[in-house]
Amino acid sequence: MSLTNDRAVDSEMPTAPAPRLRRIGGWRGIALMAAVFVVLLSVVRTITGAEALTSAGTVGAALAAAVPIGMAGLGGLWSERSGVVNIGLEGMMILGTFGAGWIGWQYGPWAGIATAVLFGAVGGLVHAIATVTFGVDQIVSGVAINILGLGVTRFLASILLEGTPGGGRTQSPPIQPVGSLSLPGFSSLESLENKHWLLVSDLAGIVRGITTDLSYVTIIALLLVLLTFLVLWRTAFGLRLRSCGEDPYTAESLGVNVYFYKYVAVVVSGALAGFGGAFLSIVAANIYREGQTAGRGYIGLAAMIFGNWRPGGLMAGAALFGYTDALQLRSADAVHALLLIIAVALLAGALSQAYRRRIGSAVVLGAIGAGLLFWFLRTDTLPGQVTFVAPYVTTLLVLAVASQRLRMPKADGQIYRRGQGR
Amino acid sequence: MSIARRIGLGLAAPVLALVFSLAVTSLVLLSIHAAPLDTFRTMADYASQPRTQVLIVNSAVTYYFAAVAVAIGFRMNLFNIGVDGQYRLAAMLAASVGGAINLPAPLHVLVILATAMLVGALWAGVAAVLKVRRGVSEVISTIMLNFVATGIIAYLLAPGRLAVTTQGSNNLGTKPIPPSGQVPGISLIPGTSVQVYGLIVLAVLVGVAFWFVVNRTRFGFDLRATGMSETAAVASGVDVRRMVVISMLLSGAVAGLVGMPQLLGSSYTYSLDFPAGLGFTGIAIALLGRNHPVGIAIGALLWGFLDQSAQILNLEDIPVEIVQITQGIIVLSVVIAYELVRRYRVVAEQRDVARALAAAPAGAPALAGEARS
Repeated sequence: MSLTNDRAVDSEMPTAPAPRLRRIGGWRGIALMAAVFVVLLSVVRTITGAEALTSAGTVGAALAAAVPIGMAGLGGLWSERSGVVNIGLEGMMILGTFGAGWIGWQYGPWAGIATAVLFGAVGGLVHAIATVTFGVDQIVSGVAINILGLGVTRFLASILLEGTPGGGRTQSPPIQPVGSLSLPGFSSLESLENKHWLLVSDLAGIVRGITTDLSYVTIIALLLVLLTFLVLWRTAFGLRLRSCGEDPYTAESLGVNVYFYKYVAVVVSGALAGFGGAFLSIVAANIYREGQTAGRGYIGLAAMIFGNWRPGGLMAGAALFGYTDALQLRSADAVHALLLIIAVALLAGALSQAYRRRIGSAVVLGAIGAGLLFWFLRTDTLPGQVTFVAPYVTTLLVLAVASQRLRMPKADGQIYRRGQGR
Repeated sequence: MSIARRIGLGLAAPVLALVFSLAVTSLVLLSIHAAPLDTFRTMADYASQPRTQVLIVNSAVTYYFAAVAVAIGFRMNLFNIGVDGQYRLAAMLAASVGGAINLPAPLHVLVILATAMLVGALWAGVAAVLKVRRGVSEVISTIMLNFVATGIIAYLLAPGRLAVTTQGSNNLGTKPIPPSGQVPGISLIPGTSVQVYGLIVLAVLVGVAFWFVVNRTRFGFDLRATGMSETAAVASGVDVRRMVVISMLLSGAVAGLVGMPQLLGSSYTYSLDFPAGLGFTGIAIALLGRNHPVGIAIGALLWGFLDQSAQILNLEDIPVEIVQITQGIIVLSVVIAYELVRRYRVVAEQRDVARALAAAPAGAPALAGEARS
């Protein structure tokens, strides 16, 4: 219990000097986890010979899969940091995919992206009007926006895309590619990667994967994460915005226009979700196709919660989802090897829980881990569905183990009305 | 407040929302150069045909289960977004059980229904346990569980596991349920050979049971109390964790029934094209019907009407998808309208009190002071 309290006190409150250390700790924690993960991957790759686990191709695909999820999650972060739960991300993302496809095939990809951002922002505006001005339950409004986003998109697509060259009611004509760049000096890593040395080749593969053939949109997305961190955590504007999510009435008493900040946050949230949608249709597929988002708005939300409402954690969550997504598409062997990784991770989790004398969760984690290990040893291949569910099960497990340590903005989801505090 | 005014205010929100949605739909129709009134008339004409009416009722039966499942959770501020996964998993497993066994007629149906309710309840139970034991928000866990259910169904619905290939098509489905496990339809509406799902009876029973449990039992009282104020409920001795688990299980059990009318009444197999996404429809209808059994029934019929009568629009060169816009706007405007009416009511009550106080003799300051505080 004391752990929870510590966390609650020092993870926020930007005026106190202590959190600075803690925040670096957060980043350091993520870096440490990533390092452990890479070592684990490397060992498992060496044991199983599933080279796709850390090949540049897989890493590049994982990055591409992570971008839309991360953008949805980033949208969720803006919104929830201001105290508005945004389940409507999925609907806003759908609007984005269509906006990008419809304008993109006619006026080029950048115009498409701009339209997607605009469409997403309009979705966010509707959510803001419903939840901030009218005080409607935020989840209800989000669900309605998901219905509306899908409906509006399908309706518009059937009018605006029917009869277009190569397009139809459910898809747009092809969009011009955006272009990509490879950071110079990293292509020589390929020979290193092909030596299949423990750790060295893995690192070479990962570095090459994230430096080669980077879409400009991916680069923008990464910059947006950085920008979000700087704006929300390093400016007075961000402090005020987050104060609305922690305690809007106190913020109000200090002269913050809570409605304004919530509006800005939710509209930006929609714009980011729309941007994620644009990535799906322009970069990932080069056409708009109905059902393209496939629940990525929800997954983005999960990645954000997974990341404890922080940009760094959110990126880690998105990377995890993206990685399993990419692996599933690229190599059946690697998927099977992934089972070993999850089993080892679970067993390690069980040990750490046992060390903290949480016997109950240690037993549960240990049992699941042992079961997976047994499964790994008994089989040679895995059905693709297992990888499909892996990120969701992982999220559930993480939430189950760590939800007491996650701290969402204090007034998240609560309805605020000016002048009605206490 | 007079009774007439109270009823008027109660109806104001849904009517306001409907009018607003129709207005927006009309604007959309105008934007594609279609005459709104003609379009509505075409839809109404089509809906007045007996065959369409049966289809409307049949969709409504399915929607009704979904909405009641959601409403059970809503009544105590639980968001069961997982109705979607619960009913699909339940329908798939119940269909395989139904296809695998052979029992006398009523028993066979009962086993299938019980399986479906059990599976639905267990799947919802995962979210309930995660919530009360580990503090995981049910919103996010049920969303995750929806995806996991999709994965499980995709895994199980493969040849050699629970599926058989239907002859002459590439559709995969569970083994068909023999006639002893099927529920015959009812010829409720004359003038057509299409029959209403026999499980409409079950829907009515579930509605009545829902009303009775929520309004006439200790459990229902605790449920509503927890929904309105958790702290007050705890203070009066309600075990909130227990309530969360029970209501999630109940919600999941009803969710398990969502696929049953279709499964036992027309398809007799769970195949790849089994309807998905009904859980979200259920959320919308529960909101529309204010979590009340009768309100939900009206909402379900409205939804069925919109879905079915829109099919005619294809012939008029109007995209059927316009109905989805109408539905989304209905949901959004209904909740906004309820909020506006609630605010108006608060203001009206304050005005009534002020008027009563002003009319009171000036020699009663103590009373006035009390009322103001």
